[in-house]
Amino acid sequence: MTSPAHNTSGHNTPSDMTALRDAVATGTTTAESICAGMLAVTAERNTEINAFHEVFAEHALEAARRVDSDARAGRPLPPLAGMPIAIKDNVATTLGRTTCSSRMLENYRSPFDATAVERLAHAGAVVMGKTNMDEFAMGSSGEHCKWGPVRNPWDSSRVPGGSSAGSAAAVAGGMCAAAIGSDTGGSIRQPASFCGIVGLKPTYGRISRWGLVAFGSSLDQIGPMTRSVRDAALMLDVMSGIDERDSTTADRPPTELAKTVERPIEGLRVGIPRQYMSDANDSEVNAAVNAAADAYRALGATIVSVELPLTDVGISTYYVIAPAEASSNLARYDGIRYGHRAQLQPGEDLFTLYARSRSEGFGPEVQRRIMLGTYMLSSGYYDAYYKRALQVRRRIKQEFDQAFSACDVLLGPTAPTPAFGFGANSDPLAMYLCDVYTVNTNIAGICGVSIPAGFAERNGKHLPIGVQLQANAFEEDRLLRAARMLERALTATTSAHAPRV
Amino acid sequence: MPDNPHSKTAALTTAQVTHVAKLARLEVAPGRIEEYRTQLAAVLGHIAQLDAVDLAGVEPMAHPFESHNRLAADIPVEGLSIEAVLMNAPAVEGRFLAVPKVLAEGD
Repeated sequence: MTSPAHNTSGHNTPSDMTALRDAVATGTTTAESICAGMLAVTAERNTEINAFHEVFAEHALEAARRVDSDARAGRPLPPLAGMPIAIKDNVATTLGRTTCSSRMLENYRSPFDATAVERLAHAGAVVMGKTNMDEFAMGSSGEHCKWGPVRNPWDSSRVPGGSSAGSAAAVAGGMCAAAIGSDTGGSIRQPASFCGIVGLKPTYGRISRWGLVAFGSSLDQIGPMTRSVRDAALMLDVMSGIDERDSTTADRPPTELAKTVERPIEGLRVGIPRQYMSDANDSEVNAAVNAAADAYRALGATIVSVELPLTDVGISTYYVIAPAEASSNLARYDGIRYGHRAQLQPGEDLFTLYARSRSEGFGPEVQRRIMLGTYMLSSGYYDAYYKRALQVRRRIKQEFDQAFSACDVLLGPTAPTPAFGFGANSDPLAMYLCDVYTVNTNIAGICGVSIPAGFAERNGKHLPIGVQLQANAFEEDRLLRAARMLERALTATTSAHAPRV
Repeated sequence: MPDNPHSKTAALTTAQVTHVAKLARLEVAPGRIEEYRTQLAAVLGHIAQLDAVDLAGVEPMAHPFESHNRLAADIPVEGLSIEAVLMNAPAVEGRFLAVPKVLAEGD
């Protein structure tokens, strides 16, 4: 059966949000039928995939009916009218809970909406539910979630990637029109690669972090997870722009990329960092990057080789800065004002209340990172770790600036492998190394996007492979136009297989 | 904690892990200290590669955009209501957060 939310290309591949939005606006379909279709897919698949922790079915249907009533009355529809959007559970919503997939916040209800959510709602989007994630966004697999592991819709024996695991799985699985995730070191782009969708990490400061539960405040960014590049442009347009409540938002007007994203860039220069094409990558990953480079050449772009020698030290730099910031940010969870509070025995003191509440509330990975950050910021170690990492950070930024003097965008793998199996990276350091190609984007504060580019076959299943494009700070127009050129050129390849939903 | 920055390459001790857990206000079960020690030591060992980067004359960069403080307009805005602030509190007495005794008997 083909629901209105699904196209008729032969595969049960859902249409992108822009197409659905246009179909509602022209009266080809109704917002209610789109919403009901996605709720039905969710009802059928979520038990297995576990993308959503909470689904707001009644709220979503009511909101969709209001859009339909506006459409019938001939009122102008906002850009995301009636589109069911999934929200990662570290983004504050007054609907439902905001748990960060942690016992610490398992009953937390936000008294306010995040700015990004507020802007999506203002644009007519329907908040459909909250998605599961690695606890406090610390993880690259979606396995470390209080509400159980999230599964990859392409092969449920494999992880969807993380930490925006449920958002990626929900988009790939046809359970929503689009989603938002957060990306501190690759948490939007890597699951997008593993799930065969588009994931954009905007420039630091593009989208307000107000209402995003803080992890690494100089690294965190909210971003769209979508079925197409144009959907990512549309969502960025809606969510971007200065916010008085987040003093780190850039003083720039909202983007208007949906208008330009279809325009190819003439004379595009695509840089491939030599260090990205490592023999340690799976062969299909490097093949996908090479095929993308060939596609660009065929479009008249110039491919240049560039050097990013500090690629390898990105993980080390990240695992100083991110835990240092996390240990400070997560100090607020003390069992007093909100969050989990331990039961004390008679005679136990306040220190025990803090420590026991935190140890009961946080999972092992969160505790590891808090200890790592605390250690590296402690007396006698600050200069050797934190200050040194901040110096390397400047060098990494300088290397990107140098590379962008020779090219417009960088092309490379999003991740060294396609989706791996559950438990395959149970060693913390092995898990950290999965993010080698994504962390430096955050360290430098620039923008990056993962788009589907190919497949690897494992045990008879086709697993998506994404390639990453990066552009310098506030160059999202260039980034997404270049991504759209590639997306269009690779359509035949990327539509050859579909998730099993 | 030792003050010698070069000691970071030395093996992390269980005493250090215990001390860090205390600083971080975490109650780590004695049976898990060794597991954390091994995992943290592996990460610290990897991070030691930063020592090889030439950083002569490089200023630290704490933030992607080194902008100066941006001041909000000095206009009062409504904060959260007391009800909203207390709605997630684990223990409340009237309009206050309830906490265990801060001072021990005899203090």
